[in-house]
Amino acid sequence: MTDQKEMEEAQHHVVSPMIYIIVGSILLVLTGVTVWASFQEWGNFNAVAALAIACVKAVIVVLFFMHVKYSSKLTKLTVFAGIFTFLALISMTLSDYISRAWGRW
Amino acid sequence: MSDNTAIAHGAHDAPGDTHSGGHEAHPAYLRHHFENVEQQADAAGFAMWLFLLTEIMFFGGLFTAYLIYRNWYYPAFVAASHQLDIFWGTLNTAVLITSSFTMAMGVWCAETRKQKGLVLSLVLTFILGLGFLGIKTVEYKEKIEKHHVPGFHYSLQSFINPQSDAKIHEEYPNDQPLATDMARHTEVYFSLYFAMTGMHALHMIIGIAILGFMIYRAQAGAYTAGHVTFVENFGLYWHFVDIVWIFLFPLLYLISRHQ
Amino acid sequence: MSATIINLPDQSTARIPKVNYLTKENGLLSWLLTGDHKRIAILYLVSITFFFFIGGAMAGLIRLELLTPSTDLMATDTYNKVFTMHGVVMIFLFLVPSVPATLGNFFIPMMIGAKDLALPKINLLSWYLYIAAGIMIIYTMATGGVDTGWTFTTPLSTHYVNTNVLTTGLGVFIAGFSSIFTGLNFIVTIHKMRAPGMTWFRLPLFVWAHYAASILMVLGTPVLAIAIVLVALERTIGIGVFDPTKGGDPILFQHLFWFYSHPAVYIMILPGFGVISETISTFSRKRVFGYTAVAFSSVAIAVFGFFVWAHHMFIMGVSNYAVLVFSLLTMLVAVPSAIKIFNWTFTLYKGSITFETPMLYTFGFMGLFTIGGLTGVFLGASGTDIHLTETYFIVAHFHFVMVGGMLMAFLAGIHFWWPKMTGRMYPEKISQLAAVVTFIGFNFTFFPQFILGTLGMPRRYASYPPEFQVLNVFSTAGATILGVGYLLPILYLTWSLKYGEIAGDNPWQATGLEWQTQSPPLTENFLVTPIMDHEAYDYEWLEKQKEKEVTSVG
Repeated sequence: MTDQKEMEEAQHHVVSPMIYIIVGSILLVLTGVTVWASFQEWGNFNAVAALAIACVKAVIVVLFFMHVKYSSKLTKLTVFAGIFTFLALISMTLSDYISRAWGRW
Repeated sequence: MSDNTAIAHGAHDAPGDTHSGGHEAHPAYLRHHFENVEQQADAAGFAMWLFLLTEIMFFGGLFTAYLIYRNWYYPAFVAASHQLDIFWGTLNTAVLITSSFTMAMGVWCAETRKQKGLVLSLVLTFILGLGFLGIKTVEYKEKIEKHHVPGFHYSLQSFINPQSDAKIHEEYPNDQPLATDMARHTEVYFSLYFAMTGMHALHMIIGIAILGFMIYRAQAGAYTAGHVTFVENFGLYWHFVDIVWIFLFPLLYLISRHQ
Repeated sequence: MSATIINLPDQSTARIPKVNYLTKENGLLSWLLTGDHKRIAILYLVSITFFFFIGGAMAGLIRLELLTPSTDLMATDTYNKVFTMHGVVMIFLFLVPSVPATLGNFFIPMMIGAKDLALPKINLLSWYLYIAAGIMIIYTMATGGVDTGWTFTTPLSTHYVNTNVLTTGLGVFIAGFSSIFTGLNFIVTIHKMRAPGMTWFRLPLFVWAHYAASILMVLGTPVLAIAIVLVALERTIGIGVFDPTKGGDPILFQHLFWFYSHPAVYIMILPGFGVISETISTFSRKRVFGYTAVAFSSVAIAVFGFFVWAHHMFIMGVSNYAVLVFSLLTMLVAVPSAIKIFNWTFTLYKGSITFETPMLYTFGFMGLFTIGGLTGVFLGASGTDIHLTETYFIVAHFHFVMVGGMLMAFLAGIHFWWPKMTGRMYPEKISQLAAVVTFIGFNFTFFPQFILGTLGMPRRYASYPPEFQVLNVFSTAGATILGVGYLLPILYLTWSLKYGEIAGDNPWQATGLEWQTQSPPLTENFLVTPIMDHEAYDYEWLEKQKEKEVTSVG
């Protein structure tokens, strides 16, 4: 059963400390970048940049610190389901607020 | 025994003899409703991920509220965000990222059965976690002193009259005074600030308490004998709390810092 | 109705097996500290029944007040408290845990061939959280109640009432975690603990339905939790997120609240769908038509169910574009439910139908849920909803789906699995009578409410214009009959514990791994891990089993 093999693979794979050091350093660097970026005059793009950098940081924490890169398909699907529902909540609620300003029809 | 489903007609299990029938030795921590330790560890990990999903949705409500009100009251959010000290915020982010690193190292030590390394990593994570909370306390204290806590004699002075707030005004001399109604909306910002960082801090406190327990158990060798599930799953929780902060930091501290 | 599939062992020689999950250990602590999913299910069954009767008492008070147009039985404020508590108790303490925490807990491990759920301690914790929530809510009732309606709409709940919003909110928060842990447990169990050969598409549809409901529990309930936390913060320190004077938006609360509460209705009904799949198959002696469609439609309901919540808010001040989008999506979400009804109907076609009590409740479900579901589509169309919302039409709609649907399914399930859980059969004639009485009482109670709604009677009002009195009297009369219908099972099911006929392993000759074990089952369910080598609802396989079965001790 591939499920079984995936599960064993996920449990036996030990992520090396070097990966953690690299990821940790990237996270610290990106923190610096995001602070630097906030002092730049990019107008609306400031918010986009800040969120984008935060997303990159979150993704590498999930993939490497939380081992999702080395995990089973089920784990990856679970993470995706969480993010998907989170985005559904935010986007559909915001769609109401944004469209209020559009007037009646 | 046919290889169809077993029909258990009132068969008796010899009392107290839970290892009958050629049951080979298995670790003490294997619960009997699992077939083997892999299944147990797998189930526990999956359960932890599902719990983290609930946490994503829990914080999701707060992020939704934040996005709506930032959209509506942008000037108030800018002015209020400038009240936060970017030095402490950045330092806190670095502290938490480092604690995530030490936690990940802790998991590695557990997996490779390095007990001293594990204890050291957990202790470092614990100290960094406390450091985070300490810095938060400093920040909260400042908010309290400046009457920026919603519901407790909230003061609009810093926003109606930026010059009254010398330190911030020095950093952001171009900040205009807000009209009274927009200034009142800074209270919404601070509501969300305290709700979100407060909820995050609560999760940190719970995490630190569990870390304390884990340090005690790790000293006794509980996690370096092959049974790493608890440490791994706590690691997932700790990294999640880190991710929440990774988003809180830019959203709360870095609104339009350019001048 | 003399044809029956009931197949009981010879009563003169039959005995309840001496060793089973009930007799394995004795003493209060063995129950209060149990990890056995079956014992926890029984704990839940007893507590849920208790809270059902409290909610029912509230319902009785509501109907009594509504006998007359004026507020003569109780003050208006009191009436507000009564319907609020009715809603809170019935939804959070009865409907949400009803099938999952009792039948789901008991049978999911058995249906998949496992010895227990994946996380037995979490299961027990779930029950304790439920009891804590129940106690908090009773405490609320005893200390003055809350009168905001179960929906806690802001700014009423945050700024304008002096009643126990916080304690009720806390109770609901705790009940939410009980629900989350149950759902989490089910998902892990269904993924990780299926017996060899038990592929996803051999699972009973009961399991699929609970899987879908569990996804909703895990992803939806936390949003309710944060909504309650924000209301609590708003009430205590006035943070301003929902306060217009501070720039907040009361509708934000509704978005967060209904983001959970719409999936909540699917959390409530999906397990009932699961029961119906089992009973309709057993009592037609036929596999469920379109297994894959029914399985996938459960998951589809769960997914689509997350995208329609604002249909509870059409008149509240959301944008017209949001109304349009959510209305369209609501039309979509009705489709998977309809697919199930069609598939169950096709299961009946050319089946060998018999009318034992679970089947009577199942037929009741099919008819009443269809009506309830259809009226839901009327309400999903925003044009009609504007007129019908906040009237008795809504009240009738949700009672048809929840009581005519879910509660009937719950009773069907209790009766269907009673012999397995207790080893005893209930008395058939009186139970069939109770099912019929319930059906009649239900229709008398709630059908007039559709008419009242279209005539314009608002909901949550203690007084109403005198021209509505006749229909209200009908409704109350029906409620009395309904009350009798619900009381009877308590009496005869309790009676059956001591005096019921011995049921044997498989009185219904049903497929499903749980019917291949003794009644009541052993604590570990199976002595040997079963190996699943046949499809779900495989009646031919069952026939072959019976040929091999030893029916008497030589």
